[in-house]
Order: sequence, then C-alpha cells, then structure tokens
Amino acid sequence: MTLVLDKVAKDYGTRRVLDAVDLTVTPGEFTCVVGASGSGKSTLLNVIAGLTPPTQGTLTWDGTSITGPGPDRGLVCQTGELFPWRTVAQNVSFGLELVPISRRERAQRVAWYLEEVGLSSHADVLPGKLSGGQRQRVAIARALACEPHVLLLDEPFSALDVQIKEDMQVFLRKVWQDMGTTVVMVTHDVEEAVFLAGRVLVLSSDPGRIARDLPVDLPATRPLEIKRSPRFLELRATVEDLVRAEHRAHEARDG
Amino acid sequence: MTTQAARTREATQATRGRSDWAALPARTARPRRPGWLAPQRAISARTRWILRALSLLAPLTAWLALSTSGAVDPKFLPTPAATVGALRDMASSGELLTDTLASVERVLLGFGLALAISVVAGFAMGTWRWALALFEPVIGLVRYWPASAFIPLLMIWLGIGEPPKLAVIVLGVVFFNTLMVADVVKQVPRRLLEASMTLGATPGVLIRKVVLPHSLPGIIDAARVNAAAAWNFVVIAELVAATSGLGYRITRSYRFLQTDKIFAVLIVIGLIGILMDVSLRVLRDRVGRWAQ
Ligand SMILES: Nc1ncnc2c1ncn2[C@@H]1O[C@H](COP(=O)(O)OP(=O)(O)OP(=O)(O)O)[C@@H](O)[C@H]1O
Ligand SMILES: [Mg+2]
Repeated sequence: MTLVLDKVAKDYGTRRVLDAVDLTVTPGEFTCVVGASGSGKSTLLNVIAGLTPPTQGTLTWDGTSITGPGPDRGLVCQTGELFPWRTVAQNVSFGLELVPISRRERAQRVAWYLEEVGLSSHADVLPGKLSGGQRQRVAIARALACEPHVLLLDEPFSALDVQIKEDMQVFLRKVWQDMGTTVVMVTHDVEEAVFLAGRVLVLSSDPGRIARDLPVDLPATRPLEIKRSPRFLELRATVEDLVRAEHRAHEARDG
Repeated sequence: MTTQAARTREATQATRGRSDWAALPARTARPRRPGWLAPQRAISARTRWILRALSLLAPLTAWLALSTSGAVDPKFLPTPAATVGALRDMASSGELLTDTLASVERVLLGFGLALAISVVAGFAMGTWRWALALFEPVIGLVRYWPASAFIPLLMIWLGIGEPPKLAVIVLGVVFFNTLMVADVVKQVPRRLLEASMTLGATPGVLIRKVVLPHSLPGIIDAARVNAAAAWNFVVIAELVAATSGLGYRITRSYRFLQTDKIFAVLIVIGLIGILMDVSLRVLRDRVGRWAQ
C-alpha cells in the first residue's frame, strides 16, 4: 500500500507548523526525516499516525483517505510508552488481543516477535525492570505484531547511549530487512538517518516543508563499518549541510 | 580579567562569573553526614522499628502514668485496667459484638454505595472532558457542606431508621472520592493513550485496557483515605440517633458517665480502622505492584 500526503499543512493556533508537504511512501521503503528541533518532525509523524488531523491537504492509502489512528500505522516514540502493568509478552500481545485470533496463535506470534527482538528471556518481566534499549525493542515488537503497513518511529533511540544506539540501529535494519516493513523514522541524528534509510527527507523550519528529498545510494547490507566509508561520509556531510542551512535560514528569518 | 581577580581566582581555585564581582560570601563546609533535618534521609531498620514502637508506646505510657498516679479523677480518665475490664464486660454481655456489627454493617453498606457512585462518576469525569465540565463545579461546591450538618434534614426526609445513617456516610464520602478518583484517572498519560490507539484500540478498549488498569492503584488509594472518613461519619450518625452501634454506645455510656466504656469503644474503633487500612493497603500493593 502506498501512503500519499497531498499538500498537507498543519496549524497550531495561528502558527503554521507544517506547510505544503507532498510525500509518497512506497511499500518497503525506509525513509528518515531529519530537521532542526521544532521543525515539525513529530507533527508530521502524528499527522501520518492520524493522531492529529491536518489543517489542509489529504492523507491516503492507495486512494482511501486516512482519518484517524489505526494499527496499520504503528507509532513508537522516544519513550516507547509501554504499559507498565503488563509484562513484556503482554505488551507485545496488546494489539493482537484486539483481533479475533485464538489464544494459541496469539501466544505463538508474541513468542515469535520476542525472539525477533531478542527478548524471549524477558517475556515475563515488567517494563520497569528493563533498560532503555530493551524497552524500545518491546515497543517496536508491539507495533510490528499488529502487522502495520507502515512503522512510524519518532526519535526512538535518542534517549539511548551511543553503543546501545548503534546496536539498535543494526537491529532495526535487520528487522526491516527480515519483515519488509515500510518505515518512516524521525531523527535529529544525521548519521543515524544516512545509515538506516534508503531515502532522507530534510525538513525546513517554520513552517516545516520538505526542503530536500535525498536518495541514499549505499548497499543494502550495511555493517557498522560503512559509517567510515567515503560515500557514507559524503552523504552525511551533504545532509548535515542541508540541515544546517535550513536552520541558519530559519534563524535569519526570525532574527 | 584584572590581575587582582586573577590572583583571587588562583588563590581560591573557585569558579568566578564576571571578574568585577566580589566572590560569594564564604559558606561553611557541609557536614560530612547530613543531619536529622536533611529531607528524606534514610534511617536504619532498627531506628525505624524503635520509633514505630515509641509512637504507640509513648501515648500508652502517658495514659497509664496519668490515670494511675491519681493526678486525674478516674471518672474523667479511666485506667487501662478499668478500660480492659469494661471491654471484657461488654464482650461477655454481647453488646460489644452487636454494636460493632451494627456499625461495620453501616460502613460497609454506606461506604460501598458511596464507592459505587463515586468510582463511576469520578472515572467518567477523569475520562471525558465533557463529564468533567458538567460535574466538577457542582461537586466542588457541595463537598464543602459538612455531611454531619445534614443529619437533621436527612432524618426529616428519610425518617429515623437506617436510611439517614447510610445517607450521611454516602454524603460525607461520595464527593471527595469522586474528585480524587477523577484526579487519578486524569493522570493517564496522553502519549500512552495515543500509542494504544495506533495499536488499534477503540475508545471502549482504551477505557477497559488502558485507563482502568492505569488508575486502579490510585483508585484504591483514594478509597483508603475515604474509608477513614466513612468510619468517622458512621460514629457521628450513631451519636445523634441510633439504638445500636459503637457511636450509640458512646452516647449511652456518656449518660451514665462510664468513661471506661467510652475508652473501650474508642479502642475498638481504632482497631477496626487499622484493620481496614491495612487490608486496603495490602490490596493496593498487590494491584499496583507495577507502580512501585
Ligand atoms: N500540541 C501543540 N500545540 C501547539 N504547538 C505545538 C504543539 N505541538 C507542537 N507544537 C509546535 O510545533 C512546532 C513543531 O513541533 P514538533 O514537535 O513537531 O517539532 P520537532 O521537529 O519534532 O522537534 P524536536 O526535534 O524538538 O522533537 C514546535 O514549534 C512546537 O512548539
Ligand atoms: Mg519531536
């Protein structure tokens, strides 16, 4: 299913936060959205998730319009937002409890996703006992278990330290390759964006528009070492320059 | 930077702001161990138990000393021995059991009714903004009316049987508990609700599987606080008009100046209160294990 945003704009009060966003996300794509703080990245994701309606423009799945949140667009935010009273397995099972499948099948699926995110041994642990990285894995597994058409990630790793973050990046690439999920991920970490994505969108600030839509022509298999390859560094520099330029332009307009 | 400031800085090794500012007045070095006044300072398990024991034993000793020394007329302050004697008399005559059961039954009925109403109302107010807007102003007002002031009115309206006594408990508890429950339910994080919606939760599912489990420990906490109020109100209601119950027993003992009986009843009331509190706390800790 292809997700299409057509001239989407979003106002908060009289302030325009997103403006004229045209975006087509094709199935299986890994898209990263980068931009300065306050440029409207989270707003864009919330609009796609259906949590807040666009002021103008339309969102469609293959022509059918999107009007509210649903399990076809799983959202994972920076804090993961697990259910603290549910164990890891029960968290992953939440979305599956809302569809008519047998208890046995549900348990099988939950076990499979826990295996995929490497948390089988933590199935019966409460989220309060998990580390930040483990919590994000559970949140991702919980969203994936609903078999979303697109997985929306809002800075999912930004609260993690560098090593865990790299582990999580490799993990996310693997999950994406294993499952063929479409991913739209927001991050302010340019390196992360270039490493993960097949396509990087640079958002300009105030109002947020898509300033650049950049393909990432790195090989499909990406070990961490690729972060030192010339092509990677080049792409990273390009994106960083774009983000900085947008930020400067914004500051200049404001000043 | 002036050479003067540079020199001061070198001498004291302290961080400085603007060089033309004088150094902050000298502060005394912090004591190595924080004193007794340091907020939330940990105490040893032994100290904790000693203080806990003291908390109960000190007033008991004071009572014992005051009443046995003869400094106070035993008509005003019965000795612990006399109180225990009165307790035993009341127990053997059966009136203690009858009175206790009568009061407990009223609390269970009245408080149960108040809980049923307030949990539903509070839950609605915490969940739906429209319910909050509709009910919060009126409840905020009427909860300031003392329920005990309604006893005469309630007796005019409902007669002198059980209904006015239950009504006093309900009135005394229902408004406070409603607002407390509403506050608890309002605490459910918006991001958690949003995450649930992107997992396919409809409003009904959100209420059943997110808002309710998230609020349950807090709701039990509110009930715990208000259980004490319910217990107070039943005694007040019985003081005014009843032919049974612990409050009634107090009024009756007052007529015959039997302070030892009054003390015995107070002890029973206290014990039941502790029992209710502990059981609700155990329940809360079981339900809200995740919240610790
Ligand atoms: N609910 C809201 N009401 C009013 N203004 C809002 C609301 N949410 C966001 N904004 C404003 O919209 C702008 C974009 O916010 P958004 O959270 O989308 O930025 P962001 O790119 O995700 O920033 P960050 O990198 O800091 O997360 C900000 O200036 C913010 O103040
Ligand atoms: Mg954001």
